[in-house]
Amino acid sequence: MTRLEIVDSQRCVGCELCMLACARRQNDVGIASSCIGVQSAGGMVNGFTIIVCRACENPPCARSCPVDALSLRKGGGVILNKAKCIGCKTCVGNCILGAIFWDSDIDKPMICIHCGICAKYCPHGVLALNKMTEEIAIAQE
Amino acid sequence: MLHIDLEHKSFKIERREDLFGEFIGGAGVAIKLLLDECPEGCDPLAPENPIILAVGPMTGEYPLGSKTVAMFKSPLTGNLGESHCGGRSAVAIRSAGFGAIVIKGKADMPVYLSIFDRKVHFRNATTLWGMGSNSTSGRVIRAAEPGAGTRTIMRIGRAGEKLVRYAEVTTETFRHFGRLGLGAVFGSKNLKAIAISGKNKLPVSDVKDYRALYDEIYNAAVQSELMKKYHDLGTSVNINVLNTIGALPTRNVTSGTFEDASTISGEYLAEHFLGRRLACTGCPVACIHIANLREPYEDEPYFYKVTGVSYDHELIYAAGSMLGIGDPEKFLKLMEMIEKVGLDAMTTGATLAWATEAFQKKLITKKHTAGIKPAWGDHEAYIEMVKLIIDQPNEFYQDLAMGSAYASEKYGGTEFAMVFGKNEMAGYHTGPAGYIGYAIGARHSHLDNAGYSIDQKKLMEQPEEIPPETVVDELVKEEEWRQILSSITVCFFARGLYPPDVVARGLKLSGFDVTPEDLDEIGKKIYKNKYAFKLREGFTLDVAALPKRIYETPSPVPYLNEEYMDKALKHFEELIQSW
Repeated sequence: MTRLEIVDSQRCVGCELCMLACARRQNDVGIASSCIGVQSAGGMVNGFTIIVCRACENPPCARSCPVDALSLRKGGGVILNKAKCIGCKTCVGNCILGAIFWDSDIDKPMICIHCGICAKYCPHGVLALNKMTEEIAIAQE
Repeated sequence: MLHIDLEHKSFKIERREDLFGEFIGGAGVAIKLLLDECPEGCDPLAPENPIILAVGPMTGEYPLGSKTVAMFKSPLTGNLGESHCGGRSAVAIRSAGFGAIVIKGKADMPVYLSIFDRKVHFRNATTLWGMGSNSTSGRVIRAAEPGAGTRTIMRIGRAGEKLVRYAEVTTETFRHFGRLGLGAVFGSKNLKAIAISGKNKLPVSDVKDYRALYDEIYNAAVQSELMKKYHDLGTSVNINVLNTIGALPTRNVTSGTFEDASTISGEYLAEHFLGRRLACTGCPVACIHIANLREPYEDEPYFYKVTGVSYDHELIYAAGSMLGIGDPEKFLKLMEMIEKVGLDAMTTGATLAWATEAFQKKLITKKHTAGIKPAWGDHEAYIEMVKLIIDQPNEFYQDLAMGSAYASEKYGGTEFAMVFGKNEMAGYHTGPAGYIGYAIGARHSHLDNAGYSIDQKKLMEQPEEIPPETVVDELVKEEEWRQILSSITVCFFARGLYPPDVVARGLKLSGFDVTPEDLDEIGKKIYKNKYAFKLREGFTLDVAALPKRIYETPSPVPYLNEEYMDKALKHFEELIQSW
C-alpha cells in the first residue's frame, strides 16, 4: 500500500516533470492527461502549488458520486469504475482541492492512483511515495 | 499551423505536413515561413512583418525540449530577427495543438490574444496598455484566462509599446524572447500579449520505445555535470571564470577584468541573494535563478519591499561589469527596472555603456542626456536613463531607443559601440573565435555558434596560432548543427544530451524517417535559408564595421587583431558566395 506525499512544495522549481511522468504512466505523451497539477502561487516569483489527490479519509468525491463510480482505495484515494461513470462532474465540484482532473476525450475524471511515478521523476525532493505500514493502513481504514 | 490576422481579427488553421516534413519544426520551419511571409525590404514595424512562433516534434516529449523559436524581421538590425524562449511557451503551444503560429497585420486597438480549444479569442487590452510594470499585466491576464499550470502568457512592457527597437517579450515573469526587438514588433501591431494553453495529447509511434528513450535522456540529464553546474549557480558561474582569464567585458570592454567581479559573481549572489530556482517545462536542471532584493522604504521604518529579480551571466555582464557596477544590490535594482519596462538587458547594458563613454569623450553632453551624467558604477543614473529610453523626451533618447549602432553612427564613437551586425555583443571578451562568431552568426548572438567556447577550449589552450579559416569552418559547422537543435527546439544547454543518433531516434518516434547524415544536410539547408534571408535584406560583412575596441583591450587569446579578423570574414564571405 502506497500513498503520495507532498514533502515540501517550496522545493518545487515548476519543471512539471511529475505531470509528464503521470501522462507516461497512462501511455500518453505530454502534460494533458496528468492527474497531478503544478500551478504558480500567483506568479512564479511566489513558487508553486501542487495539486493532487491527498487521499482524504472520507473522500467527498466518492461520497457525492450519484452512480457509485468511485470506490475507496485501500490505503487512501479512490478508484474509478469507468463503466459506471456517467461523466456528470459531481466529483469535480466536490473536491475542494481541484484535484480531480478531466479527460475530455472520454469525458471522465482522471484521479491520482498513488502509484508514485511522479515522485520517481521529481528531481528536487518535492514529492515522495510513502509505503504505509499495516498498522497505519488499518488505522486509516 | 495557426494563422492570425490582427487587422481582421480572424484566424485559420491549416495542416502543413510538407513544411514540417522538410524542415522538422522550430527554426527550420520558421525561417522558411519568414522567407515566404515577410515581403522583401519591408519595414520591421509595418503590419506586413510577420511574427512567427514555432516549436518542434520533440517539444513536450523529452527532457529540456522546452524552447519556442520566434522569427521576424528585426527592428534593431533591419535584418533576420530570431529569438528563443523557454518557460511554459513551447509545451503550451504544442499542447494547444500547434506547431507554428504566424501573426500578421495590425489591430485597430490594443488587443491581447487568448488561444485555447483551437480558437483565437481577441480581447480588449486597452486597460493593460501603458501599465508601468510588465508583471502587473501578466497578473491580470492570469486571472482572466484559463489553463493555469499549462499555459504561457507572453507579453510586452512599455518598451514594446513605445517601439524601443530592443524591447523584449516576457513569458512566465522571468523568461524572455530577449533579443532583436520582438517586443517592438508586438507593439507595432497593437499586440499586448498572447495567452496559450491546451490539452492535446502528443503522438508517438511506439510508447514503449518512447519511454525507454525518455529515460535514457532523463538519466543522462540528471547525472550530467551540466545539471550540477547550472542548477547550483546557474550560468553566472561564468563570471568568476571569465574574470580570472581576463575575458569579462568591463566598462564597455575597456578591460577584460573587473575588480568587483567577486561581489556580482554567481557564488556571491547565490550565497547572499538567491531566493528561488525555477525551471522551464520538462527541464530537471532549473537554471533560472531569482534573487530576493529587499529594499527599505525611506518614509517609514521597518517597511520593506521584496522583489524577485532574475539574474544570469549575460545580465550580470550587461547590467553589471559592462557598466562598472560591482555592488550586487545596485546591479539588481538596475536589472529590476530593465525587467519592469521589458527591455533586452544585453542591448540595454551595451547601449548605456556606449553612452557613458560617449559622454566621457564629450560626443554627447548633459543637454542630450537631459541633465543626467552617466558614469561607471552609477546605477541611479542608469535607472533614470532606462526610464527616459522609454519616455523618449528628446531626440537623443529617441536615438538611444534605436540601439547603439544607430546612436553611434549619429553621434560618433562607432569604434566603441559594441555591436556586430547592429546587435550588441554578449558577455564574452574571450578572443577572435568569440568575435568572429558574433560577426558571422545568423543572429549575431553568442548562441549561434558558441565562439567563446572555441576560444576557451581550443585557442587559449594551443600555443601556436590557429588559422582563422579553421576557426570559421568550425563555427559554421557548429551553427549548422544548432539549426537541428533549434528545429527540434531543445535547449542549447542540452546539446550534449542530444547527439545526432539520439535526435534521429527521437524524430523516428515522431514519424520522421531520418538518419544522422540526413540531419547534417537539413541543418545546412536551414542555415542557408537564414543567409538567403539575410542577403535578401541587404546583409554585408566588412571588417571595418567591427568596433576597434576589441583589438585594444587584451583578451586571453593574443592574436585578436584586425588582420586575423579580416581573413576570417573574407573566408566566410567566400563560403556564402559559394552557395
